[in-house]
Order: sequence, then structure tokens, then C-alpha cells
Amino acid sequence: MSDIPSGLRYTEEHEYLKSTDEEGVFLVGVTDYAQGELGDVVFLELPAAGDSFEKGAVFGTIEAVKAVSDLYAPVSGEVVEVNSALDDDPALVNSDPYGEGWMLRVRISDPSEMEDLLDSEGYTNLIGED
Amino acid sequence: MSDSLEVSPLDTEHQVLKARMVPFAGFRMPIHYPTGIQAEHRAVREGVGIFDVSHMGEFQIEGRDALALVRKVAVNDAGRLALGQAQYSALCAEDGTVIDDLLVYRLADDGFLLVVNASNRKEDLDWIRSHSRKMDVKIQDRSAATALVALQGPRAQEILAPLTTVDLDEVGYYRFASGRVMGVESLVARTGYTGEDGFEIYHPADRASDVWRGILEQGRREGVVPAGLGARDTLRLEVGYPLYGNDLGREYTALESGLGWIVKFDGERGDFVGREALAREKEEGPKRRLTGIRLEERGFPRSGYPLVVDGEEVGTVTSGTLSPTLEQGIAMGYLPTEMAAPGTRVHVRIRNRDVPAVVERPPFYKDGSIRR
Repeated sequence: MSDIPSGLRYTEEHEYLKSTDEEGVFLVGVTDYAQGELGDVVFLELPAAGDSFEKGAVFGTIEAVKAVSDLYAPVSGEVVEVNSALDDDPALVNSDPYGEGWMLRVRISDPSEMEDLLDSEGYTNLIGED
Repeated sequence: MSDSLEVSPLDTEHQVLKARMVPFAGFRMPIHYPTGIQAEHRAVREGVGIFDVSHMGEFQIEGRDALALVRKVAVNDAGRLALGQAQYSALCAEDGTVIDDLLVYRLADDGFLLVVNASNRKEDLDWIRSHSRKMDVKIQDRSAATALVALQGPRAQEILAPLTTVDLDEVGYYRFASGRVMGVESLVARTGYTGEDGFEIYHPADRASDVWRGILEQGRREGVVPAGLGARDTLRLEVGYPLYGNDLGREYTALESGLGWIVKFDGERGDFVGREALAREKEEGPKRRLTGIRLEERGFPRSGYPLVVDGEEVGTVTSGTLSPTLEQGIAMGYLPTEMAAPGTRVHVRIRNRDVPAVVERPPFYKDGSIRR
């Protein structure tokens, strides 16, 4: 049974968007369900601070022992910070996906795009766990 | 999950252990437990892990012509086996390509156990039967009635010894003996697919839970962990054992696949299927070779990725992983023979990025506890 915190926004590709103390800046990572499906994450390819992307673009890849997956931008924005802790310990994505396993801090460029994302209920329905 | 999948006799045990189950070779099998592939891998390298490999196929061949049949269909010479000894072998087609790789156990002068890959079981059985005409043999498919667990790791003997009547000190590498394990009549072989010391335990499917639970319960204090097919794959790759369907198949001849060491042309064994083609190829030299490849920069090689020399695709990765022990990308793949020498520099094309790599003769991991 996956952890799907309320208050976060989710994509159909299993990324999440989590608000921070700073207005318009969000954390991006993958959900607990996604890390469970992937299994042991062994490394990530992520953009650099200052890079920007459009909603839906591939912003990186996540390599697990079983498979490699693309990461999709939940919204358009600019990367403010990359979680450097994942370089040394990519398994943080498995152990704490919504906490220490965050990937990017992103300043979003179009807040209206948030409305296209799923809330926790919508995401729970999407993955079909009960 | 599809209804048509077969299940292991240990299916319920895997559910209890909260394994992640996947379809594999027509079976529903555990790819890993909640501990994860890397932890299971480390447990086998450092301590001991237990694998359910009951999906494997088992054929019993008995009768006056049993040896003649095995010698005819399998490239290694079963005539060199003593009672209680096993050998690695392969079934080849007339053109020398590999139908399956297998283990041959000599149960008696005129009795053999052949252990084959689950995905090939039916084809293998038909193939062997088709070569048994006019022979005095009985061929039985014992797959459904047989459970198989592998106990692997440097501490395997220490864990198993108090749970079996078999004197394990008397069971050498690629030898086996009959006796009880957790009270269940079993065949205990010192074989495996991990590069570590360990045992494969064949026993009746209807007693599978007794053996599995008994070893886990007795051994848990000692650190025995259940390990899935994911760890089995990373472990075998670190020591360069080929996997049928990835590294072996009808696309490649036994010599291209590096199985020349088990193809025995000499002695009194007589003719065998594929002999002519393989003898010719041995004379001329195989045009390509299955090789080991070690990445020199970070990257995760996977099956299907191109192997590149001077910007040109010259081969393909057939298996790859990020070695949990070496923390480096390792792979196996086919290269033209002139590019397959150890030390040759190649690139692995990982999603448009050419990662530098070097050809290496496996095992990549050389410190296993395996007792040769």
C-alpha cells in the first residue's frame, strides 16, 4: 500500500509537486508508488540549476536495477536547486521519496498549469490500489 | 497478472514474504522481496541467500540407451561423468546454435537427470524425444513434481549442515548426494549460478514448503535471506555466467557463445547433433564472440544497447547491470572476433551517449567463495 500524502500534486507519470516555504517554488520527485515499482534506484541523471523545461518534457532519467525510466516535468519552470545528496545516495528515492529523496527545487513559470495535476484522491484512483 | 502463468510450489511462501512477483518463463516468480535486489545480492556475497528456482525443468532419462541418448543430444560428454557427478552442457541444433543450456547429473550407470530452462522445457523434451527413436530409454518430465531451491553464499554449508543427513564435506564441486533436508528426501548438489559456494536442493514439490520454511526459520538467526530472480541475475552477471534468452539462443552458435569448453569432439562419445557444423566452425574460428565488457564511466548497460567502435555499431549488449559489488557497469555482448580480445576499447551506446568501456574476460568479480 503506497503512501500518497494529501496536499501534494501528482502527474500520471508518477512525479509529485510539493510546496515549499518559498512562494512559487516547489519540490519535484517521484511518488512512493513509483519507487516501489522501480525497486532499488542506483542513479539518476538530473538537469543542473538554472536549466528550464516545459511541462511534460523529459527532464531526466532514473536508473533502477530492474529498468530505466524517463522523468517528466509536472509543470514548466526553472531548476533552482538539484538534490546533491542523491549523487552519493540515490536510494533516498526509495527510503524517503517525499522527504530526503526529492530531486529538484523548481520555480514554476505558469501557476495555472497546477490545475492539470492530480490531487491525492485522483492519484490514488489512477494507480488503482485499495 | 495473467491467469495462464504457472506457479511455483512455493508461491504461497512468496506471498507471505511480500515478494514482488513477475511473469518469468511462463511462471509467476519472485523478482525481489521487500529487502530489494541490492541487499539480497550482498547477502549472497557475504552470507547466504535462498532462491526458489522451481520453475526449472527436470527430465529423468533411464534405460540401457540413456547414456547414448544424452551423448547424442548434449554437446558435453556425459560418459565422463562418475556416479554422483554433474556437468554443464548444452543442446545444439544441427547448425550448432544453442537450443538450451543445461545441467546433466549422473544418477546411475544408465540414469541421468537433465535440468533445463523453464522457457525451453517443452521444446527440449520434444527435441530429446525426437532423437530417442529405436533407443531403449524412458524419458520422464519430472518438472511439475520437482521443487528446487538454491542455498548460495560463503556460509551455505554452515547453514545447511545441521539441517541435512547428507555429509556435505563429501560433496565436492559439481557433485551431489541423496539424503534428507528438513526431513524431506532430496538430491543435494554443490552447484549454483552465483559465483559463491552453495547447494541446489531438488525435492518433491508437495514438500517444498517444509524445506523452504525450515531453512528460513532455522537459518534466519544466522542471516539467511530469501533472494529473488533480480539478485540471481546480478550475481550471475558479476561472474559472467550466460543466461539463455539473453546471451544464449538460436541466433548464436555454441562456439560464438563461448561454450567451446563444453563441446567434446574426442573420445568414444560418437556422433552428436551439431557436431559437423561445430567442428567446421572450430576449424575456421567463430566470426563473433560473446564477451565481457566493463564500463569505465558511470552508466547502466542494458540488453539491446549497441556496442560501438569508431562511431559504428559493431555489436549488441545481451545482458548488463550496474554491478552491486564493483559499483561499475558490466555487460555481456557479442562482438566481431577481431574486436573481442580482452583490452579492446569499445563504447556502449546508452540513450545516445557513448560510454567508454573495455572488453574483459569474465568473471568481473573474482573473489567468490565458489570451491572449484
